[in-house]
Amino acid sequence: MTAPRDVVVTGIGATTPLGGDAASTWAAALAGESGARTFENDWAEQYGIPVTFGATIKVKPEEVLPRPEIKRMDPSAQYAIIATREAWADAGFGTAAEGDQQVDPERLGAVVSSGIGGIWTTLDAWDTLRERGARRMLPMTVPMLMPNSPSAYVELEIGAQAGAHALVSACASGAEAIGYGIEMIRSGRADVVVAGGTEATMHPMPIAAFAASRTLSLRNDDPQGASRPYDVDRDGFVIGEGAAIVVLESAEHAAARGARVYAKLAGVGLSSDAYHITSPDPEGKGQIAAMRRALEMAGATAADVAHINAHATSTKVGDLTETNSIRTLLGGEADHVLLSATKSMTGHLLGGAGALETVFTVKAVQERLAPPTINVANPDPELKVPLVRDAPAPLPAGDVVAVNNSFGFGGHNVALVVTNA
Amino acid sequence: MAYTDTEILEGLAEIVAEETGLPTDAVQLEKSFTDDLDIDSLSMMTIVTHAEDKFSVRIPDEEVKNLATVGDAVTFIVGAQA
Repeated sequence: MTAPRDVVVTGIGATTPLGGDAASTWAAALAGESGARTFENDWAEQYGIPVTFGATIKVKPEEVLPRPEIKRMDPSAQYAIIATREAWADAGFGTAAEGDQQVDPERLGAVVSSGIGGIWTTLDAWDTLRERGARRMLPMTVPMLMPNSPSAYVELEIGAQAGAHALVSACASGAEAIGYGIEMIRSGRADVVVAGGTEATMHPMPIAAFAASRTLSLRNDDPQGASRPYDVDRDGFVIGEGAAIVVLESAEHAAARGARVYAKLAGVGLSSDAYHITSPDPEGKGQIAAMRRALEMAGATAADVAHINAHATSTKVGDLTETNSIRTLLGGEADHVLLSATKSMTGHLLGGAGALETVFTVKAVQERLAPPTINVANPDPELKVPLVRDAPAPLPAGDVVAVNNSFGFGGHNVALVVTNA
Repeated sequence: MAYTDTEILEGLAEIVAEETGLPTDAVQLEKSFTDDLDIDSLSMMTIVTHAEDKFSVRIPDEEVKNLATVGDAVTFIVGAQA
């Protein structure tokens, strides 16, 4: 049996509330900007929705995609394709039309997840059926609403034949997709995998539904100050939308074509709580197991961990359970960790969150800068790990280990370990 | 009111352009939907749905396979209006 292969990141792409690409998104995060804004609609009056803001996408797809693509894809797939094109070009790959032969299509995979799927398409189709009948239903409805649609469009875009997958694990979906991509390369199923997550839920139905679960911030008069993980005055998460994609590659394959390497994705840890459909296990057993497994795969110890991008959605129970888990796992070494909660700026991209935070973690390791956490005026005294606030914090020189945590409804836990290349 | 042949061709060209991204002047009477315009079956059904709306006609599913060219579609819609 051959040894598992090293996996590196050679391309990144994103379209988010902070910017229309990965570079502008990262720059805005380092600058401590917020992507939250008041909705440009009257959903609150029309439906009585108590939340009037969200972290909406900064650059609308209509500005960058041709009209026929807009019509054939749910917004969730549109975001994924925008991020994929950036990441693919960033990795130095050309388009299929250009006859790019740098990767064997049978050794190329796609893993792109969405937590909720094509809900705009689903709900538009239901309106059409009720108002106009079955003969007015558009034939593209099913391929647009299916949750594997973004993955399928990415597979078509790059010509991936090693397999196209869409793992669904709520707000851990984007990280789990990247974890699966890592496994495809480590096990030898693929040399290159385009992986990430996407979400497009700025529709009144899911917003009303999240509001009904009492998990959304109601700080309508201060959208930019609403996402405040670890602050004593936090009151819930800010719903966001967007996509992030990474190009994963075996280290040998990247070296053979002289690719630029951002960082190494050295470990993935998965677990499930088997505790409750929406609440994390208060003892954090599943979260600890995911982080421990990821560090073990990376060959890292607690003392090596320099930075953690926390899941930290800005709910009291979620945020504190996570830092308690980190403290339990790392013990005294947690005093030396720089914790960042980037959802304070991006909002919560749901199925896109784990992928965007992987991009942030990769950039943090590459540039040795932990991004800030904004809106923390009064840190919760129960916070157990040093928090990066207001301005980026430098990571140490030498070998660094960073962890990206993503957790989802259903008790899904994913931890990814990023190290310098 | 009934649409003229020219109005139907122009209307179809707009629908096809919207669906495929082709310029409207690429949509001419002798063009084959599949061979010349590269329209797959799902796109064809979408175009049919929009054409039914636009011209207030019914194009039965069993008729769609007979609409090989843009001209076939114009002829059918002219007849269906009557």
